Amino acid sequence: MTYRKAKEKIYKWIFTILAFASLFFLVGIVIVLFKEGTPIFKEVGFLKFILGRHWYPTSNPPDFGIMPLMLGSLWVTLGASMVCVPLGVGSALYLNEIAGFKQRQLLKPVIELLASIPSVVYGFFGLTVVTPFIQKLFGLPTGMTALNASLILGIMATPTVCSISEDALSYVPRSFREASFAVGANRWQTLTQVVIPAAGSGISTGIILGMSRAIGETMTVLMIAGGAAVIPHTFLEPVRPMTAAIAAEMGEAPMGGSHYHALFAIALILFLITFVFNIIAEIISRKFRIKLGLSG
Amino acid sequence: MKKIAILMGAALIGLSSIVTPCFAEKIVMAGSTTVLPIAQKTAEVFMDENPSMDISVRGGGSSVGITALIDGTCDIADSSRPIKEVEIEKAAANGRDPVAHIVALDGIAVVVNKSNPVSKLSKKQVKEIFIGKISDWSQLGGNPGKIVVVSRDTSSGTFEAFGELVMNKEKVVPSALMQASNQAVSQIVSQTPQAIGYVGLGFMSGDLKSIEIDGVMPSKETVLSGKYSVTRPLFMYSNGKPQGATKEYLDFVKSKKGQELVETQGYVGLK
Repeated sequence: MTYRKAKEKIYKWIFTILAFASLFFLVGIVIVLFKEGTPIFKEVGFLKFILGRHWYPTSNPPDFGIMPLMLGSLWVTLGASMVCVPLGVGSALYLNEIAGFKQRQLLKPVIELLASIPSVVYGFFGLTVVTPFIQKLFGLPTGMTALNASLILGIMATPTVCSISEDALSYVPRSFREASFAVGANRWQTLTQVVIPAAGSGISTGIILGMSRAIGETMTVLMIAGGAAVIPHTFLEPVRPMTAAIAAEMGEAPMGGSHYHALFAIALILFLITFVFNIIAEIISRKFRIKLGLSG
Repeated sequence: MKKIAILMGAALIGLSSIVTPCFAEKIVMAGSTTVLPIAQKTAEVFMDENPSMDISVRGGGSSVGITALIDGTCDIADSSRPIKEVEIEKAAANGRDPVAHIVALDGIAVVVNKSNPVSKLSKKQVKEIFIGKISDWSQLGGNPGKIVVVSRDTSSGTFEAFGELVMNKEKVVPSALMQASNQAVSQIVSQTPQAIGYVGLGFMSGDLKSIEIDGVMPSKETVLSGKYSVTRPLFMYSNGKPQGATKEYLDFVKSKKGQELVETQGYVGLK
């Protein structure tokens, strides 16, 4: 008996350690980001770093202005949400409200499969198919633009938006729909005035998580966004999102130099942005659960 | 219990296989993607000739290699640029002493799309294109159309060399497409009719058209004779004066045979 008890205790400890490992890693990453990123603020000044319009990290003297990089990230994220919101929410509505059992069985795994395609494959597809297409379509000098990156990122974020929205829709209690039908509402009225508002916060969570997927995506934007550190004025210009700048430059930045610290500072800011996104998503989804009386 | 015993046994076997190669002479190399083809080819042939040697080669970038050398996690750092002052200081603080070995020469070819009628430019024109002063091909006698400037990332060794040799350290126009590798530059230039870019001579291919600069076409001959001016040396750094296996390998790279291998990779040998 004691042997069994000991065994149980060991298992308990193993799983406790595993569960806390993520916390440990998160704290470690945050510490490193702050330690390696903050020195640049002393050198350049936080506001100048954030609002600077030129990114010439290796010139002499260097310019560390990440405004073009932040706007690059923002543009492709906004563009991506214009693609993934209609696609993701629309397919969730179809799956949950209209599709028959067989269609659901086929469509759901297919949409989720989109999420498992490696980002470098998306990038390659974008580079060889979408880029030349956009170049020809708009008669541009180059097809490597924010539009191009937005389209691909939007497709990549669609499964996230779709599956979370679909979950949210399926949590709407049957009684809500029945009550709506009982007072004489038709299917469309029930959908737009009862079901979507009830699932609204769940859908918003999905959208926000989809956007944080898009803003953090690296390989794809590195390959297809063009990489020009300019402040974008239209979607048909090349951009250089923050992730692409870090990925492209980290390998060549002398360790411990200003450029190295500046890249860590970009990573820190990116981390804070996605952190805020996730907190907002968490708050909204908690409200949603309370609203439907699912949990406290 | 039996399962645990089996697992322990497996772990022991695993460990021993990690430990064994240490008895062979081992060299770890890391660094510049430009030097990578040279490092790979020479390491391959060197290991064939000396079966007791075990060389592992990694890319990552010039700074990755030099950082690894400073940290003591590699024996040889490949670099497409000379080591910087701040890196030498770091190395000294860590008790390391990087020593440079020039292993090859590389010309940087200015390339355009094959459909582009422009085939000659002066160094000054190239500079003005890259700083954004000239922005339309019609200014250069080509078909009218906006010039798409493609450059390497500001931190790459190739960018640095190009900046020093052509740009006089002036800034590349912000709208330039900054790309992370020689391959990415060739991909874009071969796909974009209005593009201009630059790649190491080793990455020249049939999909690109190289431009005559000040009347000189980049080639092995013109690089070696010094006629083609956009030329730079490529380095391998060892810690202190090379010894043992590292010395043997570096001597091999610098030997006639090693330099022939350098040439097969599209670079220019020293002899």
